[in-house]
Amino acid sequence: MATRRPPRVAVWKFASCDGCQLTLLDCEDELLAVADAVEIANFREASRAVVEGPYDLSLVEGSITTAEDARRIREVRAQSRFLVTIGACATAGGIQALRNFADVEEYRRVVYARPEYITTLASSTAIREHVAVDFELRGCPIDKSQLLEVISAFLVDRVPNVPTESVCIECKRRGNVCVVVAHGAPCLGPVTQTGCGAICPAFHRGCYGCFGPMDSPNTAALIPLLEHTGMTPAAVRRFFSTFNAAAPAFRAATESVAEASSPP
Amino acid sequence: MNALTVGEKRTLERKDLAHLLSALRSAGYRVVGPTIRDGAIVYGEIGREEDLPIGWTDRQDAGTYRLERRTDSAVFGFNVGPHSWKKYLFPSRERLWTAHKTGTSFEIAPEPREEVAFAFLGMRACELAGLDVSDRVFDGKVHDPGYHARRTRLLRIAVQCGQAGGTCFCVSMGTGPAVRRGFDLALTEILSPARHYFLVEVGTEAGAAVLVDVPLGPAEGPDTEAANEIVARTAASMGRTLNVDGIHDLLLSNPEHPRWEIVARRCLSCTNCTMVCPTCFCHTTEEVPDLGGDRVERWRRWDSCFNLEFTSLHGSSVRKSGLSRYRQWLTHKLAGWYDQFDTSGCIGCGRCITWCPVGIDITEEVAAIRTVPSKPGAKP
Repeated sequence: MATRRPPRVAVWKFASCDGCQLTLLDCEDELLAVADAVEIANFREASRAVVEGPYDLSLVEGSITTAEDARRIREVRAQSRFLVTIGACATAGGIQALRNFADVEEYRRVVYARPEYITTLASSTAIREHVAVDFELRGCPIDKSQLLEVISAFLVDRVPNVPTESVCIECKRRGNVCVVVAHGAPCLGPVTQTGCGAICPAFHRGCYGCFGPMDSPNTAALIPLLEHTGMTPAAVRRFFSTFNAAAPAFRAATESVAEASSPP
Repeated sequence: MNALTVGEKRTLERKDLAHLLSALRSAGYRVVGPTIRDGAIVYGEIGREEDLPIGWTDRQDAGTYRLERRTDSAVFGFNVGPHSWKKYLFPSRERLWTAHKTGTSFEIAPEPREEVAFAFLGMRACELAGLDVSDRVFDGKVHDPGYHARRTRLLRIAVQCGQAGGTCFCVSMGTGPAVRRGFDLALTEILSPARHYFLVEVGTEAGAAVLVDVPLGPAEGPDTEAANEIVARTAASMGRTLNVDGIHDLLLSNPEHPRWEIVARRCLSCTNCTMVCPTCFCHTTEEVPDLGGDRVERWRRWDSCFNLEFTSLHGSSVRKSGLSRYRQWLTHKLAGWYDQFDTSGCIGCGRCITWCPVGIDITEEVAAIRTVPSKPGAKP
């Protein structure tokens, strides 16, 4: 059997904080195995040496917030056999998608000393809104073992084993005590996709929804519960409006809660 | 030196409880039981008697649980918490085997079995019933080697409930609060201003064996009467009931009952009820390969009928709606189990009620379906 050249992997950055790419470098124990299994051909956070495409697998971090990036992602797609998004920015637009519900012009005027230097789109959008995506890995940031699972799945052309169930099931498998039931804490776990290992509830905090909506989120049933824990409607809106604010189910949840009436 | 026979009763003074714990350890048991962690009474390692929730209790209602101080120093003065014993017998994650590539073939190495002998300290009557149900699932027609190995060596030290929990309904299910069978030792905690002690009943020879060097006193008629009175009081104070009369046919003949729609609007499909249920056994298996493709491990992990992926076939799920998933759970638990395992799947422990974040109450749901059943002749 002829030896095949190892699959060529590229890592791309769009509007993001680099935390998800860093997860690949954080695979300390497994990094050598990854390097044996694939050729890391284009990963600027790790090396300046770039091997030209095409690539077998592109890992894409970040959202599309500029016209230039909207063009660049099409180039990435064109030279990639598989394209996998990594993280909340690439998958749902990220925290920067809060601009989608606000006036970007006003932000530009208020935030920047020289607003004319800033060229940006009015929205922050997920990669799938621009090009075809083969798989979306959730998380802010992504989970290391899920990333390894996705890489190893694409190496052998199989579907990644990445559950889309709630955080609650992972919480229970881990033996955590439910922070909602035992402490009255607000928690997005029942509507959020698992993958983090239920870290926050293990440390007595409610889930912040870093992995975005689970496959069948009943946010309408969760909202009264959040309000019951003492959250104001404005707080509930903010709770759904973080890293996955523009994920359709979370956005719909935010919009379903009436704005608190503004003081006269 | 006590040479006790099955059915005999003795008394154990509260101050001598530590002797029972050390006797269990000396006999080679890994003692697990109720202990406080993260604001709840969970099951964990019991190294010494201070690990037990002495002087603590819990206040439970639908969707809420609070740990509270008792006014006395009862050792077992609480009810069941978020954990169940299944986490030891049917762990939430378990590696089943490992396969290695050997040239063009592969070899499967079975998982070595842990030789652990658990002593479950503080099993409630409902939990003994739950164990019986689990035995039918894992050690009946289906033989699960891991479960069987752990179950065979298990020592069951039961405690009769001195109070009813806020969500308990064992009386309705015929599973408690009296401990009647399926135990190795059964304790009843008797606490009066004059004396704090346990009535101990021997259920098996394995139970008698651990008592050999434990200081015990005689059990007189009044001790047994006091224990019976405690259990009767617990039974009488149970707040919830579930009418099981004809429940198999009631549930299976009401698949289109409007109540399903109402409960589905509240249900989060979060799986919490199934995770805390002592008898829910659904699981999935997955292959976890290494990056080089030379080695693969098969893992089993807890799964739930509330998960969309649970019924995923050919890329789509059979039970897509929350309604169909809740209905599946309830009808399976309270009806389908009779056909499958010749028992109800419900033991009346109330965990699914307490630990449902939105407080869906299985007893209320059944009552609602019973109150306004579908018209006779309605399409199933």
